[in-house]
Amino acid sequence: MRPAAFRTPEIGEDNPILRARLHAIWETTPGWRGWLSTVDHKQIGLRYIVTAFVLLAIGGIEALVIRLQLAGPNLTLLTPDQYNQLFSTHGMTMIFLYASPILSGFSNYLWPLIFGSRDMAFPRLNALSYWVYLAAALFLYSGFVIGAGPNDGWFNYVPYAEKDYNPGLNQDFYALGMVLLGISTTVGAANFIVTFFKTRAPGMSINRVPIFAWGTLTASVANLVVVPAVSLAFFLLWMDRQYGTQFFKPEHGGQPLLWQHLFWIFGHPWVYAIVLPAMGMVSDALPVFCRRPLVGHTLVALATVSVMILGFGVWVHHMFATGLPGLAMSFFSGASIIITVPSAVTVFAWIATIWLGRPVITTAFLFFASMILLFVIGGVSGFMTASVPVDWQLTDTYFVVAHLHYVLIGINVFPVVGATYFWFPKFTGRMMDERLGRWNFWTMFLGFNLGFLPMHLTGLLGMPRRVYTYPDGMGWDILNLITSIGSFAFAIGVLLFFINCWRSLRHGEVAGDNPWGAPTLEWSTSSPPPPYNFAVIPTVASRHPLWEDQLREGEGRSSLFRGMLLDHGKEAIATTSLDADPERILEMPEDSYAPLLLAIGLAILFVGLLLMRGIVAGVGGALVFLALLLWLWPRASLKEREPDQPEAAHG
Amino acid sequence: MADLILAEPRSLPVGPIGRNGIGWWGVGALVASEAALFGYLLFSYFYVGATAQPGWLAEPYPKLFPSLPNTILLVASSFVAWFGEKGVEKDNRGQALIGFGGAFVMGAVFAAVQGYEWWMKPYGLGANSYASLYFVTTGLHMAHVLVGLVILAALFGWTAVDYFSPRRRISVSAGVLYWHFVDVVWLFVFTTYYITPYLGYAR
Repeated sequence: MRPAAFRTPEIGEDNPILRARLHAIWETTPGWRGWLSTVDHKQIGLRYIVTAFVLLAIGGIEALVIRLQLAGPNLTLLTPDQYNQLFSTHGMTMIFLYASPILSGFSNYLWPLIFGSRDMAFPRLNALSYWVYLAAALFLYSGFVIGAGPNDGWFNYVPYAEKDYNPGLNQDFYALGMVLLGISTTVGAANFIVTFFKTRAPGMSINRVPIFAWGTLTASVANLVVVPAVSLAFFLLWMDRQYGTQFFKPEHGGQPLLWQHLFWIFGHPWVYAIVLPAMGMVSDALPVFCRRPLVGHTLVALATVSVMILGFGVWVHHMFATGLPGLAMSFFSGASIIITVPSAVTVFAWIATIWLGRPVITTAFLFFASMILLFVIGGVSGFMTASVPVDWQLTDTYFVVAHLHYVLIGINVFPVVGATYFWFPKFTGRMMDERLGRWNFWTMFLGFNLGFLPMHLTGLLGMPRRVYTYPDGMGWDILNLITSIGSFAFAIGVLLFFINCWRSLRHGEVAGDNPWGAPTLEWSTSSPPPPYNFAVIPTVASRHPLWEDQLREGEGRSSLFRGMLLDHGKEAIATTSLDADPERILEMPEDSYAPLLLAIGLAILFVGLLLMRGIVAGVGGALVFLALLLWLWPRASLKEREPDQPEAAHG
Repeated sequence: MADLILAEPRSLPVGPIGRNGIGWWGVGALVASEAALFGYLLFSYFYVGATAQPGWLAEPYPKLFPSLPNTILLVASSFVAWFGEKGVEKDNRGQALIGFGGAFVMGAVFAAVQGYEWWMKPYGLGANSYASLYFVTTGLHMAHVLVGLVILAALFGWTAVDYFSPRRRISVSAGVLYWHFVDVVWLFVFTTYYITPYLGYAR
């Protein structure tokens, strides 16, 4: 007899015996073995966050060196070549290695908690995603350390990136590193999508999903389909450089603009991918401090989705100055202007939430509220350059640099720092210091605006971006000096943030389960949460399970302390995509070395490709093959095959 | 609703049953991403072709022999793999082994014939952008064929040691889905490189 394939989940109350049993099932092995093999989304999420913040600091230091070089005219702190590598590496670091991974970190940690689940849909894939991200970051930075960092801007236009003009290893490091990073992003995106659609708590129907989850979902859908474009672009570039193909070389029928298309087909959806989850953080956390639900929850969710859909059709606005046909430019200009509509819906929803609420001014609130202002400034300068004739005036000037920093710092860094103040108690069980927090906020806010607001003017006065220095007498001197001073003030603000994190980790006030009185499921479990997240699976009856007594949104009440036990093993619940009806009991994988082994194999493979050493690449490839076989080998414990069971057992 | 879930819990499947399980969604996401990759490759072909000088096509009339029969062989292998999956579904191990083994052999023949085609081309990878696109697109497809062959071989081996049953066979469904993808995407590659020149594209 084969073991039963169906079971009715037991319903029960939260109790200490159950907790002890779940703890034994879900706990990661202590020590280095557990550290290398864990698939716990909370550990992986924290690793993502710490790694991304370290890279933010590194990218920030690079920016400071750039600002020293640009503080006055005709300075020679950096050579032109050093400057090229520094600003390109700064862009690569901030955009690829910080802005997206930090959001993946928060989503990794928070999603299963928000969804009332016990882990992501594919825990091992989650571990792989982190290890490959780390490998790609080390790979890209090892190029920079040996003087072969990217040197053609983060968007790396051909023909300058071709071997004839760029003979060093710089572009090979960048090209292969980006392909490697793309693997991490893609598997992470797939994991988020399946987690969103299959593992929400029973009753969390699609209209009850918090906006943060919508943000990461839309970002993940975009990443899943656009990351292949940039991976392909970098792969073709590498082929051009090392194998003499002719993709981007016009002298043999190649098309330099193909690079720009492939890059920006990826690049512009990516811009939304690194802001939509951060906007989602604001949509979920800001209302907590306004003591009321988000105004227009449904509209904001729809706006998030429509921004992403429209975001697929705006990439050519990066290419207005390349001589494309007028009709194409009109279309993309129109799309770029229309996309402000859903963005504005979100902005007005936030403003209305503050307006109609009773705001409690905390550091987190300040970061979220100021983000609205920075978003509007960055949005308006983006709207301006969506117009073709304006773009022709402003493209490749510091105006665009100011715009993109308002967007990326304003809509990514500010919400992320606010989110850290907000969720730090959940991560660590301790509150962050509010007094230091105010210093942190005002230094960052004033420093940032001092640095980047005048930069719009620098651009309007015609200063081109990406030049390592400039002559005096152009009217740019004072503005650049102010920008440099502002950038250092901003950096001090970020430093205060790190100091606050570090100190609060040890000395912070102990936080309870729900220090902010927030409404969503992650606040119903302890801080920090146990390895199994929830002793019983919550059953959800509204958008704000923890505010039901005050809000009276619907008929029923969510059940947080009585629900499915799922304690027969490492189990979780799968639910239907729209209604979140229980559908299947999931058997979750144990800790595994396969993800780490696969990441190491990939890293060796890519080093082999970089050095053009067949043996190294072969060893890496073999390791990849073995790791995949180990991973995918059907396991009876995961119900991928029937257990080995002698027929006599039941005879 | 919440009350019902708790008051009258339903009996639920434990783990993947048949082809249903979240692993199926995972392979679906992989296929979507890979399909996008080939979409960008074909976009590159059409874009470069549309902006190229006349005479860009290295072969104005690409030979349809052996590529057309080879295409038919690959598509047929999808049906054979499906036949194997049905074998697992019906608990008929012989049928399953014939299906996976047959699909593997057909896929291997396809790869060999494609290799022969490359060998016979009068131009190399770096001749011009057309040649580069041709070899890299079909080369990336070939990489997917090889991965698919490894998967078919693994399914063959796992079936031979009787891992699967009509209930527990998510790996089979996932693997065969991937093979279908490899075959379907070839139809797009084939149409682009071998058929559109006859329709006048880029000539």
